[in-house]
Amino acid sequence: MENIVSLKNIILEFEDSERILKNISLDIKDKEFVTFLGPSGCGKTTTLRIIAGFLEPTSGDVFFDGQRINGVPPHKRNVNTVFQRYALFPHLNVYENIAFGLRVKKVPEKEIVTRVGEMLELVNLMGYEKRTVNRLSGGQQQRVAIARALVNHPKVLLLDEPLGALDLKLRKEMQIELRRIQQELELTFVYVTHDQEEALTMSDSIVVMKDGIIQQIGSPTDIYNEPVNAFVADFIGESNIVNGCMPRDCVVEFTGRRFECVDRGFNPNETVDVVIRPEDVKVIPADKAQLTGIVESVVFKGVHYEMIVDGVDHKWVIHSTKAEPVGAMIGMTFDPFDIHIMKKTEEA
Amino acid sequence: MKLKYFSAPYLVWMVVFILVPLLMIAYFALTNDNGQLTIKYLADVGQYANIFVRSIWLALIATAICLVIAYPVAFILSRMDKHRQGTMLMIVMLPMWMNFLLRTYAWMTLLGNNGIINHLFGLVGLGPFKLINTSGAVVLGMVYNYLPFMILPLYSVMEKIDNSLFEAASDLGCSSKQTLFRVIVPLSIPGITSGVTMVFVPAISTFIISRMLGGGSNLLIGDLIEMQFLGNAYNPHLGAAISLVLMVIILVIMTVMNQFDPDDQVLM
Repeated sequence: MENIVSLKNIILEFEDSERILKNISLDIKDKEFVTFLGPSGCGKTTTLRIIAGFLEPTSGDVFFDGQRINGVPPHKRNVNTVFQRYALFPHLNVYENIAFGLRVKKVPEKEIVTRVGEMLELVNLMGYEKRTVNRLSGGQQQRVAIARALVNHPKVLLLDEPLGALDLKLRKEMQIELRRIQQELELTFVYVTHDQEEALTMSDSIVVMKDGIIQQIGSPTDIYNEPVNAFVADFIGESNIVNGCMPRDCVVEFTGRRFECVDRGFNPNETVDVVIRPEDVKVIPADKAQLTGIVESVVFKGVHYEMIVDGVDHKWVIHSTKAEPVGAMIGMTFDPFDIHIMKKTEEA
Repeated sequence: MKLKYFSAPYLVWMVVFILVPLLMIAYFALTNDNGQLTIKYLADVGQYANIFVRSIWLALIATAICLVIAYPVAFILSRMDKHRQGTMLMIVMLPMWMNFLLRTYAWMTLLGNNGIINHLFGLVGLGPFKLINTSGAVVLGMVYNYLPFMILPLYSVMEKIDNSLFEAASDLGCSSKQTLFRVIVPLSIPGITSGVTMVFVPAISTFIISRMLGGGSNLLIGDLIEMQFLGNAYNPHLGAAISLVLMVIILVIMTVMNQFDPDDQVLM
């Protein structure tokens, strides 16, 4: 697969303010569903706006289909955007909203009718042509916004937290539907969200960002199972993160005890972040365990119980299908391959 | 239920000060001094067709100029920082705090044959030009006095247009010019109709501006009516008839204007 969008060393500074983007480089492959994931203010929407052309980077190059497109205005780029608050035109009905881009490009009326019809079918809004957009529900407005962008046959569709305003159930439905549309039309989707679950559900590839820096790029499985640092681990799913050090390869010391692990290549006694997923903490009888703690709280989460266990210097989050009584002393152990060792991030 | 009694004072007010006078005007227009029904005065209004045409024409020109000036001003205002918008709006309103007569009188001294403007022209060896007592001066007076009434309704409509709509238009292939005509103008039509109404109606019936800046040769309907009630030509029946015709003209023009308002189309 070829790269459809490439960003090379993008830096963005606003006047009188710090850097928003600090040297962003990434390649987006054709027909891929890429998600920019990160907390608010991490620069994910800014990066999207640079691809759309609403912002020009202070330095760095933007490539589209092999062509450098710095300075090309948004209306001349072959990308379309689904905006956060939909930004539908209130003076136009559903049909005219979708037809907008085609009318601007002076597409013949006959073709407009066919293409808008196809879009209405794609997003399941047949029969809504004459409705005023303000009288539609959030989910319907969202569909109009998607249809309005896709009708132009862009090579890349940019989506800026499009599901943020919808309720949970609708959001889940739309996630599946967006994925279906992306695969049906074989398009490249660049999706911005702060919702890690959304990112894991839909993406082929996830770009995790923080403070204008890309932390990790990888498939959902990679990012979840092999986070490169404590930030990614914490942001994608819940994690227990404790300070530790590596006395030698395959041995890690944390909370005053030594555990076997599978990581190597650290300097002797290098301080590291130790990351263990809540579901990877095994509960065993206290007298057989190296590490013990007192159960502080138990919350039923549907599939599992979430327990907070007060260990020696860390409160452990444990996901288990079996609940332990509050106040009980329990033991905890981990499989070596469930202990993830990460280099300390520079800022920490 | 009880609440509607609170509107009683206003209802009384409307009947006494709006409905009754309207009926009285209609009565005066359709009767003579002896109280006999006649359409003589209404028919006489026809003699002043040229004044009607001039009034409508000058009011239309003034309204058009106001629209052309006010539209970009209102748009720029609506895109400013919120706190700067307040300051700028105050500057727009500021001239309105000064007495209307005084403001118009000031133009007389500016435009006069020996006024400041002609004096400045004289310094570079031009003129003097005849500025005062022309229809141009009347239009200038109208634009100057009624411009804020165009800016304010436009601003209040434009202020509600979200920037993301412009981005969406641009994203969908609009150049700035296409964004203007496909998004900004259609969305600001309610502001345009109310601004046009608020400028056109006072402009077509003004008499102070035309008297002070237009001299004797630029009589407008307002002057004509005033003359029938207060002037030498004293004839309240004719004055009432002219007022009635003017009202009908304004009504017709406003109905035509409202056809462009999208809110009305939704109801149809």
